[in-house]
Amino acid sequence: MKILVCISHVPDTTSKINFTDSDTKFDTNGVQFVINPYDEFCLTRAMWFKEKQGATVTIVNVGGAETEPTLRKALAIGADDAIRVNVNPTDGLQVAKELAAVVKNGGYDLVLAGKESADYNGQMVPGMLASLTDFNFINGCVGIEVDGTAVTATREIDGGNETLSTSLPLVIGGQKGVVEEKDLRIPNMRGIMMARKKPLQVIEPVGGEASTSVQSFEKPAPKGAVKLVDADNVDELISLLHNEAKVI
Amino acid sequence: MSVLVFADSSEGKFKKTALEVVSYGKKVAEQLGTNVVALTINASDSSELYTYGAEKVVSVSNDALKTFNAKQYAAVVTEVAKAQNATVIVVDSSIDGLYVAPIIAVNLDAGCVSNVVDVPSSTSPFTVKRKTFSNKAFSNTIISTEHKVIGVAKNSYGVHENVVAGSTEAFDATVVDSAVKSEKIERITGKVTIADAEIVVSAGRGLKGPENWGMVEELAEVLGAATACSKPVSDLGWRPHSEHVGQTGKPVASNLYIAIGISGAIQHLAGINASKVKVVINTDPEAPFFKAADYGIVGDAFEVVPKLIEKLKAFKAS
Repeated sequence: MKILVCISHVPDTTSKINFTDSDTKFDTNGVQFVINPYDEFCLTRAMWFKEKQGATVTIVNVGGAETEPTLRKALAIGADDAIRVNVNPTDGLQVAKELAAVVKNGGYDLVLAGKESADYNGQMVPGMLASLTDFNFINGCVGIEVDGTAVTATREIDGGNETLSTSLPLVIGGQKGVVEEKDLRIPNMRGIMMARKKPLQVIEPVGGEASTSVQSFEKPAPKGAVKLVDADNVDELISLLHNEAKVI
Repeated sequence: MSVLVFADSSEGKFKKTALEVVSYGKKVAEQLGTNVVALTINASDSSELYTYGAEKVVSVSNDALKTFNAKQYAAVVTEVAKAQNATVIVVDSSIDGLYVAPIIAVNLDAGCVSNVVDVPSSTSPFTVKRKTFSNKAFSNTIISTEHKVIGVAKNSYGVHENVVAGSTEAFDATVVDSAVKSEKIERITGKVTIADAEIVVSAGRGLKGPENWGMVEELAEVLGAATACSKPVSDLGWRPHSEHVGQTGKPVASNLYIAIGISGAIQHLAGINASKVKVVINTDPEAPFFKAADYGIVGDAFEVVPKLIEKLKAFKAS
């Protein structure tokens, strides 16, 4: 089985979010970038397939040279090789078009991608990629088993789960549950050393155009201070929630 | 030109988000000087949508669409959008909404923007505001394609009555083949789900053990709320993973979020930022959650929560 795992290079969750150029660009100054947490679940599941069932695992990112340390981390976790599509995309459709070209050229059976990236949170790339490649598609996936070309997967629905059957080739939009958080892999020293020698291919974009663009960013209005209520006076809290906040 | 809204339903009845997206679609149609068309799939009675501004309802009834299937539903929305000459397509940003929206976008060669929190600030260029960076910022996004797909964030625009004399017409939609088949659906019945809840009562490690969750459930019951928990609690197996709220868990966009014994790690706050009013009960006055909360009680949950349950019962009965 040939697996492709899509890796987004995103700010660490604890990063302060600021903007520059009159609030039109994300300020990367002092920001630590990591593998998108949702992609990490997918990458670990891909490693499981590789080790238990036999598979090759390629990772791909659509982005500039600054994303390569993140790709090396993913290689250190155990992916076999990496592809970077050399363009800074401006929206999800552009990313999906570039990924679709990689998928079509690479003959992959299974494409795993986090259901969203922790920066722009668009939740559109896996679905667009599946449509552009005409692969089957399961989003919000919390479990997947592959037997030959037959696939059984579980997705989260409102208030429960749905079990689905389908077949390869398939795009998965994954989240926690594809593997559990405790099973996520941390690169060890041997992995880090080996990752330096693994192939990282840089390819030029096919030129997929974006359909949206960011005009400006803004931050939420600063929040007022918390109103503290005495622990012996829960009546006051009820009154505030009823009369002031109007939520009960 | 028209605005098409997909009004999702469950067991024939409209979800609150359906009424919200119809309200939203009506406003966008007014901005564009056009009409709004609502699409329903297997809804028993569509007339409720007239109350929220749907002048026309296109009703699709087909047993093959009984269970949600993203590709099939996207094909129906696409077909109806073409038949109604719709250039703006509005869906919700629920689990199924986010599943179907990008497929519709590719079908129509449309720009797609999800988690939208307001009606367009401008229709030329078509500009919408959406949540981004895990609710830490907003981006004002221009959609430059002729067709536009908008996913409205839950509880962001609200439900607005706007009574019109609407009419419903049946539409015989084509059901496309899908190689993804639903085998089994398991729902937790009899409980308010986090996604639907107006109020969420959540607890963390401060509760010391799963045996103490009785009071959390009782408080949730009094308020008609869903129960949730922090990540360490689900990792410890005290509560199911389906209740884990946070960046990699469930996002919450409720009107009221009550956090009991949760310190407020940044990953947790990322998951609840979209909630309107936050209440924190914690023994530690330095807990970071107090900085993110609207109301707080510094106190022992084992003393405060039973009192709160008792007083709320009296309040509800009055």
